[in-house]
Amino acid sequence: MIAVYQKELGSYWRGMLGYLFSAFVLIFAGIYTMAYNLSGAYANFAYVLDAISFIYLIAVPILSMRTFAEERRQKTDQLLYALPVSMSGVVLGKYLAMLTVLAAPTLIMALYPLILMQFGSVPLATAYGALAAFFLLGACLLSVGLLISSVTENQVASAVITLVTVLLLYFMKGLSEFVSTEASASLMALCLLVALFAVALYMLCKNPIVALGAAVVGIGALMACYTVNSSAFEGLFASIMAQLSVFDRFYGFVNGVFDLTAVVYYGSIIAVFLFLTVQAMEKRRWSE
Amino acid sequence: MIEVSHLTKRYGGHTAVSDLSFSIEKGRIYGFLGPNGAGKSTTMNIITGCLGASSGEVKIGGCDVLDEPVKAKRMIGYLPEIPPLYTDMTPNEYLRFVLRAKGVGRVEWEKQLRAVMDKTKLHEVKDRLIGNLSKGYRQRVGIAQALLGAPQVIILDEPTVGLDPAQIIEIRELIREMGKEHTIVLSSHILSEVQAVCDHIMIIAKGRLVASDTAENLTGLMAGGARIDLTVRAGEEQTREALSGMALAEGAQLMPAQEGSTRVLLTPKDGEDIREALFYGFAERRLPILEMKRERATLEDVFLELTQAEELTQAEASPEGAAQAPDEQEAKGA
Repeated sequence: MIAVYQKELGSYWRGMLGYLFSAFVLIFAGIYTMAYNLSGAYANFAYVLDAISFIYLIAVPILSMRTFAEERRQKTDQLLYALPVSMSGVVLGKYLAMLTVLAAPTLIMALYPLILMQFGSVPLATAYGALAAFFLLGACLLSVGLLISSVTENQVASAVITLVTVLLLYFMKGLSEFVSTEASASLMALCLLVALFAVALYMLCKNPIVALGAAVVGIGALMACYTVNSSAFEGLFASIMAQLSVFDRFYGFVNGVFDLTAVVYYGSIIAVFLFLTVQAMEKRRWSE
Repeated sequence: MIEVSHLTKRYGGHTAVSDLSFSIEKGRIYGFLGPNGAGKSTTMNIITGCLGASSGEVKIGGCDVLDEPVKAKRMIGYLPEIPPLYTDMTPNEYLRFVLRAKGVGRVEWEKQLRAVMDKTKLHEVKDRLIGNLSKGYRQRVGIAQALLGAPQVIILDEPTVGLDPAQIIEIRELIREMGKEHTIVLSSHILSEVQAVCDHIMIIAKGRLVASDTAENLTGLMAGGARIDLTVRAGEEQTREALSGMALAEGAQLMPAQEGSTRVLLTPKDGEDIREALFYGFAERRLPILEMKRERATLEDVFLELTQAEELTQAEASPEGAAQAPDEQEAKGA
């Protein structure tokens, strides 16, 4: 794991990706700090972080696109499979390297509230709480990007799919408000999701019986629940969508609430996606 | 050292390797020979744990590659068909990464690096980016990577592909040199290469092992069938009469050659050397022999015979046998 971590970190800083990423984050952080804190004379640095959370749309794909997709293109993934290291070690090494690169601009941003203190009192706790959450949000999105990179064949595809996914997550909360709250609509949407899951399952394991079985069981269970208690389905889909909005959790920190459940929420998402990445890489060993 | 038993790998409906079993003993150089798409790379990828088999098992020094991957992989150094090199690193950095990943103790590093770079002659390029190195040097970095951690077995997949003749000779020398300390398995579709370097040859075709023996024994297998090619200054009728009078050969093929002479292809009885008898026989009949040579069976003949025989039996067994070949190419490309 340490070997992979060092190698990855080295290649981020040898090439330009690490610098590009840091510069990108810091430029926007700088512009918004100037506009909000210096020109607008807001004391709270958290508002800046709130405003620049959209930069992850671009910043996350920059960092995550090459991780596994590039290994595959250059056929160096064979080395990773042949070396006496576990796949979870490889995935963790790569992920930690990305977190380290993410930490670089975050640490530089940590100086901003201190600079702002020269001009008056600054709510430091809120600022640093929001900064930690900003880092967590990035870590969470990077784990999603890592999984996408492990299932795509090249960097461009990986970057585009990651961008679209992060974009969807970014607008998830807004979109959830447009979704009909009627129970039948929720049921239909969930059935559709189960069907999509079954299709994905079929594409992954090419086993029509398993996929069809999953679809039948899933939709059957939904139907059963619906007949027993249809009122539970009212607004269910919209609230599921809202739950998936990783950005929404971050806004709580901006308002000065250090929400531990959100920390656990981010941690679980990261764990799930890292686990899925390991599985995706292991699966490549078995079918090609 | 390596035990492969009943290995089968299927890609969708196509079988790349089917029921392959063999064992590799310590201290020899093994050559894996087969036409393109025979399943050589697939087999090597399975042995090194890069690929999972559909069925069958591989044991390295008693460890199953799937059950104890880390332990088994420590015993193997692998150079895949395309050397897995990070083009943005220098050989020095790259080899250090491999050392760390192989779990070699830090005190050993400098010693191993120096030894491996001496062997592969990498000292002069060790601080240049791998992306800027020539194909020959890249191949050597790949081999150096396989040698690190002093594994007992080195597996090389087509180590000389794409190199110029001088580089090929260098790499072969290196492989022979390595053979003194390690067990080596290499694959190739070039016969002369395998013949030049390996002690033991395994021929695979269509995912099956069709022969496994030393080079001498394999050619010896065919020596009985060594044919004699001769040209006699005589008409076809005359030659046929003379030959039947001598009664030396089992089958004779006659064809007219230039200036009223006849070319004869003979298969001697019981693989005897009948050249002298032929000479006196024709001399008695006052028919001059213009040319005579014995065609020794080469490894090439053995190879073609074995691989084609395999294809024929396959084609008989399943009518789609021939149509499967393109699939194999696709599977390899994917």
